[in-house]
Amino acid sequence: MGRVKEPILWALFSGGGMVAALVLPALVFLLWIAAPLGWVTLPSYGELVELVRHPISRLSIFALASLSFYHWAHRFRYTLYDGLQLYHLNELIAVLTYGSATLLTLAAGFLLVAVV
Amino acid sequence: MAESITIEVQRYRPEEQSQPSWQTYEVPFQPEWMVLDALNYIKDNLDGTLSYRWSCRMGVCGSCGMMVNGEPVLTCAAYLKGFTPGPIRVEPLTGFPVIRDLIGDMSDFLEKLSRVSPWIMREEEPPLSKGEHLQTPEQLAEYKGYSMCINCMLCYAACPIYELEPGFIGPAAIALAQRYNLDSRDQGAAERMKTLSDAEGIWACTFVGECSTVCPKNVDPAGAIQRYKLAATVDHFKSMVLPWSER
Ligand code: SF4
Ligand code: FES
Repeated sequence: MGRVKEPILWALFSGGGMVAALVLPALVFLLWIAAPLGWVTLPSYGELVELVRHPISRLSIFALASLSFYHWAHRFRYTLYDGLQLYHLNELIAVLTYGSATLLTLAAGFLLVAVV
Repeated sequence: MAESITIEVQRYRPEEQSQPSWQTYEVPFQPEWMVLDALNYIKDNLDGTLSYRWSCRMGVCGSCGMMVNGEPVLTCAAYLKGFTPGPIRVEPLTGFPVIRDLIGDMSDFLEKLSRVSPWIMREEEPPLSKGEHLQTPEQLAEYKGYSMCINCMLCYAACPIYELEPGFIGPAAIALAQRYNLDSRDQGAAERMKTLSDAEGIWACTFVGECSTVCPKNVDPAGAIQRYKLAATVDHFKSMVLPWSER
C-alpha cells in the first residue's frame, strides 16, 4: 500500500475516532441508560423512525457509521501489521481491512436509503 | 553491616564474545545513590572493563540512558532505592545496535535527525542592521516545550515501532522538526514536510504514546507527531484541491 494514501486514510481514521468518541457515548447513554431508567422519555418508535428518515439524520448516521468503520479498519490493519508483525501481508491486510470498511459503508448506505 | 544491592549488567565485548551475557555485581546500597553511581562504583572498584556513557550527572547531557529493569531511564536520575530490594537489571537502550556493554550505536538517529534540518531555515536573512528577530512570549511558548529535548533516546527505546520500521523518523526527531516549524523565525516548514510526509516518515506511528510517558523532559513527542500528521493531512488535501499551489 503506497504511503501516498496515508494522509487520506489517517484523515478517515482520526475523523472516525472523533465522531465515534463524541456521538456514540451520548447515544448509548440516552438509549440504553437514561431511557430505560426513565430519566428521559424517548419519542415513540414511529416518531424515532420519522426522525431517522429526515435527510439530515440519514446523512449524519451515514457519516458516523462509515467513519467509524474506517477508524476500525485503520486500527485493525496496524494491529495485524505491527502487532502480529505480518509485514509480508501488508497489501492483503490493507485490502481486507479497508475493503471491509468500504463494504460496511455501502451496506450502511443501502440500509439508510432503501430500507429505513 | 553495610547493606548491599545486586546489579546485573548486560555485558558485550565484541572481541571476546559473539553474544551478550550477564554479569552480576554487589554494590553498597546508599539511599542517595542513583543507578549511575552504582555503575561508577563498579567501574572504579570492581571491574574497570565495564563500558557505558555518562557525563553531566544532572539530567542535562542525555548520554546516560539505559534500560533499568526493562524501562528506559536516565540512570543519573533513577534512585537505587526505587528498585529495592533488587536485583537491578541494567541493559543498553533497546532499538539500537550494541557497540560494547551498555553503549548503543546512535548513528541511525543522527542521520534521521539531520534529515529534518533541525535548525532555523530562512529564505532570506535580513541584514544585521535590521536588528534581531523579535519574538513575543506567546511565540516562544509555541515551540519551547519541544526545545527541551536532550536527545537522550529514551523515547526511541520505548517506541515499539522504531525497531520494526526502518524508515520511521522517530519521536525525538519529529518533535525537533516541530520545534523549528513552530518557531516564528523559521521558514523551513515546507521543506521539512517533504522529508517527513514521505514514506514511513511519520505515518508508521500508531500513537502508542510510550515516548511521551518515558520522556524525562516532558517534551511530548507523541503529541508532536499527531500535530504533524494533521498538518501533513491538511497539506495533502490542499495540494489535491489546489494542485498548482506550492506545497
Ligand atoms: S523527546 Fe524526550 S525522551 Fe526523546 S530524546 Fe528528547 S528528551 Fe529524550
Ligand atoms: S549523565 Fe547527563 S543526563 Fe545523565
